[in-house]
Amino acid sequence: MDTNILFIFILSVFVGFEVISKVPSMLHTPLMSGTNAIHGIILFGGILVLADASTPVAQALGFVAVVFGSANVFGGFMVTDRMLQMFKKKK
Amino acid sequence: MSQTIALIFIGVSVLFIIGIKFLSSPKTARTGNLIAAAGMFVALLALHKTDGNSVWTQGWSFNYTLIAIGIVLGLIVGAAGAYSVKMTAMPQMVALFNGLGGGAAALVASLEFLKHAHGKQISVGDTVITLGPFAESVSAFAAGSMLFATLIGSLSFSGSIIAYLKLQGKFEKPHTFPGQNFLNGLILLVILGLAGWLTFNPTGGNASMAFTMTFALALFFGVAMVMPIGGADMPVVISLLNSFTGLAVAADGFAINNLAMVVAGTLVGSSGTLLTLLMCKAMNRPVTNVLFGAFGSGGGSKAAASGVAGTVKPIQADEAALLLVYAQRVVVVPGYGMAVAQAQHSVRELSEELGKRGVEVQFAIHPVAGRMPGHMNVLLAEANVPYDQLIEMEQINPSMDRVDVCLVIGANDVVNPAAREEKTSPIYGMPVIEADRCKCTIVLKRSMAAGFAGIENHLFYKDNTRMLFGDAKASLNTLVAAVKAN
Repeated sequence: MDTNILFIFILSVFVGFEVISKVPSMLHTPLMSGTNAIHGIILFGGILVLADASTPVAQALGFVAVVFGSANVFGGFMVTDRMLQMFKKKK
Repeated sequence: MSQTIALIFIGVSVLFIIGIKFLSSPKTARTGNLIAAAGMFVALLALHKTDGNSVWTQGWSFNYTLIAIGIVLGLIVGAAGAYSVKMTAMPQMVALFNGLGGGAAALVASLEFLKHAHGKQISVGDTVITLGPFAESVSAFAAGSMLFATLIGSLSFSGSIIAYLKLQGKFEKPHTFPGQNFLNGLILLVILGLAGWLTFNPTGGNASMAFTMTFALALFFGVAMVMPIGGADMPVVISLLNSFTGLAVAADGFAINNLAMVVAGTLVGSSGTLLTLLMCKAMNRPVTNVLFGAFGSGGGSKAAASGVAGTVKPIQADEAALLLVYAQRVVVVPGYGMAVAQAQHSVRELSEELGKRGVEVQFAIHPVAGRMPGHMNVLLAEANVPYDQLIEMEQINPSMDRVDVCLVIGANDVVNPAAREEKTSPIYGMPVIEADRCKCTIVLKRSMAAGFAGIENHLFYKDNTRMLFGDAKASLNTLVAAVKAN
């Protein structure tokens, strides 16, 4: 086991808590949607397992994972942007 | 991993952190989202396998064709969903995307686990499936990470689908039966037992069987966990499942040794947990109450209904318009009904017409009005209602008794005085907009049906309350016409 990666994990936990200490309630939904897009990084996991897949079953499951991950990441950022467009300054 | 790649990933992590930071302030939120998206794009270009080779520079194979098709397909599905969805249905969309992410996390972990578990073949029922070329040994830590990602990912997948369906109006009432929490606890124990055993016995035919069973049970548990929770609490549930998916992704990162996934997943996991707690705080309810309380069901609501005194007094649009025009100060309380009727533009028109006649119009925004926190701000901003007219609940409540007319449009639970007065009410203690303290309250409502939480609203029976029945948009348009005529 690589302890460096565990070290980074622990630090990330604290950063995640600290970074959003005060959020006005009107931003709860966009913030949730934005972080939802960030965990779309699972697309990478899908790509990596599908790249190494060697059987039809593994390829099929990996393919589903890539489609899901891709929809999560692209859709997530787009839907967040659409929500936040509504907050632009009025003249 | 080469040094350059390591530096790139440090940069990407910083972009994610700044992105989340910016997302928590109204001025910078949109930029924050774009920064996080940019980080994602850079990370994708720099994606490397564990052996240090870039994913993109290796020879093209059939698998890469599949990857390309998969990404494009996901992009189309995601974009179609994101741009076709109505403003009112945003929450469902987030739930759906979150579910897909959870599903992907579970699949990635499963493939990784089964590859290690049984190199050559696994048998599921009668079919024999060949997975990897040879069995690889796996440490308990890696196996544990994969199991964690599978469990949490599949739970998040099925739970999010249920949350999506509930917000779409399918079985939105809580589904409960006696001993439900006990049964759920039992399922959870079985899952944890199986996962614990698998962590230390990750290879062999039994492992594959046990793994499949764990996967199925976790899917079922996601459904069982969300079913008893009322539709009004779905935002909290989605936020919680969002942080779950983040943790599952982080665990996947551990399993396949990908640093970017660990950092991004963990950031989402911890910030999502905090966000969930903040949402509960806005409703003044502990998170345990949301998850296990079966809100708005059982005896509580019946007790509240029996305490209703007084009669409902309807009003016609013409009379309501007169009250509005001759008021000094009008406060509009928008709710989900306004969103459903797509009445935000009519509301803006009404407020403009009243403004022209010297009436001071403000909008009182409850933190959880609508289906999501911030739902009303987004809708009203879309309809070009100026920012400075949107007042948060805490700011407007102290001056409610100096309001001449309070116009409640499709809001119910967030103006229910039972939250302050009725100790037995399920929503007792939730902060509400004190519409009942205004000199006169006009409630626009479709019918006398109870609100989302299934609780009677005493406000409708108060002496100074008038009900304007009908579709919110139609009623508002009549009101606008009547105001113009005055």
